[in-house]
Amino acid sequence: MEALEKFRQETRAWLEENCPPSMRTPMTSEDETVWGGRNAKYPNPEAKLWLDRMAERGWTAPTWPRAYGGGGLSKEENQVLQQELRRIKARPALSSFGIWMLGPALLEFANEEQKKEHLPKIVRGEIRWCQGYSEPGAGSDLAGLQTKCEDKGDHYLVNGQKIWTSYADKADWIFCLVRTDPTKKHDGISFLLFDMATPGVEARPITMISGASPFCETFFTDVKVPKGNLVGELNKGWTIAKRLLQHEREMISGMGLGGAGSGAGLGGLEQAAKDYYGEQNGRVASPSLRDHITRQKMDGKAFALTMQRSAEEAKAGQGPGAASSIFKYYGTELNKRRFELLLEIMGTKGLGWEGEGFTGDEITVTRSWLRSKGNSIEGGTSEVQLNVVSKRVLGLPD
Amino acid sequence: MALVLTEEQQLLRDTATQFFQERLPIANLRKLRDTKDATGFDRAIWKEMSDLGFAGIMISEKYGGTDFGPVGLGLVLEQAGRTLAASPLVSTVLLCGSAVQLAGNATQRQDILSAIAAGDRIMALALEEGPHHNPTRIATRAEASGQAFRISGKKTFVLDGHVADQLIVAARTSGKENDRAGITLFLVDPKSEGVKITRTLMVDSRNAADISFDNVSVPATAVLGSVDGGIDVLEQVLDIARIGISAEMLGLVQEVFDTTLAYLKERKQFGKVIGSFQALQHRMAVLFAEIELCRSVVLDALSALEARRNDVPLIASLAKARLSDTATLMTNEGLQMHGGMGMTDQFDVGLFMKRARVATASFGDGNFHRDRYASLEGY
Repeated sequence: MEALEKFRQETRAWLEENCPPSMRTPMTSEDETVWGGRNAKYPNPEAKLWLDRMAERGWTAPTWPRAYGGGGLSKEENQVLQQELRRIKARPALSSFGIWMLGPALLEFANEEQKKEHLPKIVRGEIRWCQGYSEPGAGSDLAGLQTKCEDKGDHYLVNGQKIWTSYADKADWIFCLVRTDPTKKHDGISFLLFDMATPGVEARPITMISGASPFCETFFTDVKVPKGNLVGELNKGWTIAKRLLQHEREMISGMGLGGAGSGAGLGGLEQAAKDYYGEQNGRVASPSLRDHITRQKMDGKAFALTMQRSAEEAKAGQGPGAASSIFKYYGTELNKRRFELLLEIMGTKGLGWEGEGFTGDEITVTRSWLRSKGNSIEGGTSEVQLNVVSKRVLGLPD
Repeated sequence: MALVLTEEQQLLRDTATQFFQERLPIANLRKLRDTKDATGFDRAIWKEMSDLGFAGIMISEKYGGTDFGPVGLGLVLEQAGRTLAASPLVSTVLLCGSAVQLAGNATQRQDILSAIAAGDRIMALALEEGPHHNPTRIATRAEASGQAFRISGKKTFVLDGHVADQLIVAARTSGKENDRAGITLFLVDPKSEGVKITRTLMVDSRNAADISFDNVSVPATAVLGSVDGGIDVLEQVLDIARIGISAEMLGLVQEVFDTTLAYLKERKQFGKVIGSFQALQHRMAVLFAEIELCRSVVLDALSALEARRNDVPLIASLAKARLSDTATLMTNEGLQMHGGMGMTDQFDVGLFMKRARVATASFGDGNFHRDRYASLEGY
């Protein structure tokens, strides 16, 4: 306990000295996110300084081993670090699929050489990764993927197409599921890493209903990949893929709690309702709207308590518990409902697309409302999540 | 925040589980109903519950209680909910015991709390006057006359009202209907002249009564707490009851969920068990999610009471609204998934549905508590 308190004091002092002033202000748009990579963009020079200082200590990946550039912190120390970062309202130094998704999988499944090669670059934000999972014919049925990977003796040859590849047009490397045995389904999939600059790789952004293009179609035509880039054993990639999906679902689940673009700029649901709809005697003027807001707030609170309970159960050594199986489903449905409610509250002010007549916050909500529709589709649809609960938790038969 | 049980609490839960399964199974409620039992619960078993410490769970050891606290009581109520156990836990322990603990003077505490803990006294709170829960809508008046008060008015939905050894009556000593101020709590002997008690038979086969007071004289020493200041006590007592009933409903929904799931794995149509149909699987998965959220909310509400957190009113309303709505949903879905058998008296799901509706109406349904939550949150 004393050691932890000492760590807190040291961390606080270090952050005080090293977190630049502009990195303690809220982000004004998602464009200010620092993703790193070969073509890294920074909203200002302090953002780069902040990343370099955090990476130097390994604090962009605080719990990874020091040998791979991580911070080597214990769970408890990391909690302290995150608390101290929140205390000064520090922006994330680095946002990265490498840190959130690939890194944990490499630590568990990759060989020593691969870990030494890739992990430090992820920590320092030098390489930006994207995930090659879904294909036009393999969505919910991900294991039906067909991207072909042939053994050509001294290299692999990859041919096929991926879709919904987040930021493929901006990423440097891809972690990719490929078919190495066409005669089997789950046991014919391998986990491959390669450079997006390799000849034969092409990424085309897809325009979404929100107007943004975060996803791409990615085409592979005779892409040569060194044999050392296979992670784990040949045809055993599904195990790694599933573990990665767990990390992805956990990441998406938190959305129901209301993060960026969730109407925070409007002061929350009840304030927005008073502003856009009006109030009578301190109450939201529409009793029906008031009731809907309360349902939303109550469900949000109940969900937050459930995530907290699950964390406490895990800490008490009772395992992740059955409750965690519902997080992806419930969190994303809650998030979608929240945006529908915000739109109802804002009326025609929530239906602007761009330009005059709408504030930046209003346009952000509208665009986020459209974006939120994807939450219950990506990373396993709500229907797939319900299947998983029915079969694995409730034991209902096929 | 303690959302995980301690070892001691787990032990208590196991004791309670075994007790209700063995001593107060659903068959007990059926028997009370079918024999039109005059008491409406089993007094001998209530004595056993007292011996196990259930009656004195919120009462300090000084008065013979076990002082296990709200989380402990919640665990007992949850198990009681699983078997639809009829007992005076709500009327006597949650409501009246809490009221005396919070507002009683030394004499009242000594007299009443020790009698409750020993299982020797059944009490009832006479509060409601209309078909919807409303703690300030009180027209019943208590007029001061010399050293005494004279109470006149009509109360309804008084849980265990017809078997109570002692009543707590909420009456108006000043102000008008719906005023917060001016409500006073009185300890009243149900055998007093002018008290008329009519047992009402409810769908859940549990005890309730209409009680009228016609110029009933009570001494000044019968005032519980302060004159005109009853609402502050009432609100704390009601929040305890709301959270306690939420814990009972948690057991109820979990039981209906478990038995429905078992039925889906056993009932065959079209040559396979109906639990293999996705139309039913997804509904069960959604219910599972709702119940997991219910469990978190109830645990948090109980620990809020235990830690005397200042958000007790908010979390009490959250718990009562969520559990009321989920109990309605779960019993409706449970009945539908049992098909025609669910419509029969032989199957238990109908009994759970009836209890769910009465529990929902007790101390505020979802509508009442969403409205209250919004008001507490300032919108």
